[in-house]
Amino acid sequence: MDAIADFLSAYSTLIALVGVNALLALSVWITLYAGQLTLGNAAFMGIGAYVSALLGRHLGMPFPLALGLGALAAGVLAVPLGLTVFRLRGVYLAIATLAFGEVLRVILLATPITGKGQGLNGIPPKTELWHIFVSCVVVAYVLWRVQGSTVGRAWAAIREDETAAASQGIAIRRYKLGAFVAGALIAAWAGGLSAHVTFSIDPNDFAFSKAVQILVFAVVGGLPNVAGPILGAALLTALPEILRPLKDYRDIFQGAILLFVIIFLPRGLVTVAQLRRTRRLQKIGAADVA
Amino acid sequence: MLEQVYNAIFIGSIYALFAVGFALVFSVLDILNLAHPTVFMLGAFVALFAIATLGLPWYVAIVLAFVATGLFGILLDRIAFAPLRRRGAPQLSTMISSIAVTLVVVRLVELRYGGDFITFPRGTVPSFLIQIGDATLEGIRVVIIATALVLMAGLTYLIRSTSIGRDIRALAENPRAARILGVDIERAVAATFFVSSGLGGLAGALLAFAYDSLDSKMGLSLELRAFTVMVVGGMGSLPGAVIGAYVLAFGEVGSLVYLPAELRDAFAFGLLFLVLIARPTGLLGQRNADRV
Repeated sequence: MDAIADFLSAYSTLIALVGVNALLALSVWITLYAGQLTLGNAAFMGIGAYVSALLGRHLGMPFPLALGLGALAAGVLAVPLGLTVFRLRGVYLAIATLAFGEVLRVILLATPITGKGQGLNGIPPKTELWHIFVSCVVVAYVLWRVQGSTVGRAWAAIREDETAAASQGIAIRRYKLGAFVAGALIAAWAGGLSAHVTFSIDPNDFAFSKAVQILVFAVVGGLPNVAGPILGAALLTALPEILRPLKDYRDIFQGAILLFVIIFLPRGLVTVAQLRRTRRLQKIGAADVA
Repeated sequence: MLEQVYNAIFIGSIYALFAVGFALVFSVLDILNLAHPTVFMLGAFVALFAIATLGLPWYVAIVLAFVATGLFGILLDRIAFAPLRRRGAPQLSTMISSIAVTLVVVRLVELRYGGDFITFPRGTVPSFLIQIGDATLEGIRVVIIATALVLMAGLTYLIRSTSIGRDIRALAENPRAARILGVDIERAVAATFFVSSGLGGLAGALLAFAYDSLDSKMGLSLELRAFTVMVVGGMGSLPGAVIGAYVLAFGEVGSLVYLPAELRDAFAFGLLFLVLIARPTGLLGQRNADRV
């Protein structure tokens, strides 16, 4: 047991980061599973982080309540945003959600209460490792159950062929919006958790590069099921640590690994075990997921 | 006032050179090349290498930056996009693979030059001033604006009136039909990437000259602006990208009069968001045939 305790204390920040990133990857997985490329989850994460930190600081609100309200704020904002942007598809949708994130970043940079460019410092470290892991397990379990339900099948139908799904009587906009709002809630929850791990936050923590990073976790891990995003987040978060001996060449290896996965493992790391089956599917021309 | 207009035309020209290459690849191959900002940065560093290490004059360095980044574009396609294209992979995959290349290339540049801002050796970048009335204008910017206009005219000629341009348009319209009609697809793809990346790299070299400053992250702020430029002009439309670039540049310079400096970015992204909501096809885009 001592060994485990030592490991946990030595790597607690890394482990917390893995959990937070897994939550974020799951948050974007929902919309990707429904075939929608949205890049707004970094912004929702930021909303969760700022709202929960500010409620704790200025109103002395208890931590769980502040977290919940942070998530709620993002969820409420996601409704009108989703109604607006889901008229768009593909790259347009991605760019619109990205633009939302940039607008939010600029607002944060200009608002005194969020500390402008300096961000917020001295956020109390209230997040325990088990908070993160219970959140991960609950979210993964719920999403896994949802995937097998009517809702999950509707999402898959929309992803495969939106027109056909609509003609089957699936309420496309409602299901897309549901996926978007659920993703926003999870991302904001993760943001609140991570803000109370990292001590300080600033607007650039939730910018374009973060949005892309979250997407990479999910896609590299694989989209067929919820194990993919978790695996992707865990490996890619730990990778810099594993590659630490390579020092200056670390990013180069990371890039090379990313390239390798996307080219040779089209359905993500989660399918390594089924690689031969995937190859066979490709031969008969089955389309990729996503 | 004149200085403001001059400044806006200069910034618009850089945006246009950058975005035209971005739009070209998107319109022909439906690839959102997220490595384009990296190519932009690479162009600036090729110019620095040519001037500081090889001791070449600046105008040769510009040509070298164009050719080297153009060739890099072809390499980029062979490594990151061609394998995915053969498989018919989704658009998402090409975005990720271009991010992977970005990671590698940015790091390689940093290994040689570090991650901080650097300048060209003293006296190697032309600097002279032009006096028009009360306004003092920087001469290098005139050179840059002129270069940009000539290149965009050249690109228009290439696409509209040459045989390789015809191949590129055919590929953009319908890859399968183009292949059946005997278009050399690989050659057209290589030409597309050469021109796109060459222009991007050249834009980087020119901007580095203008500010006498370059760093490994210099492409990033342009990447998001390029989205605005393309969406405003109409996704994948080359004339649209040029118009969008100047619209954005004039809007930004104009908004600085009314907005505090930290809100400068708000204009670009607010505009992007509004256009996407109100008119997703942009100024010149067409709903189904958003092509060259």
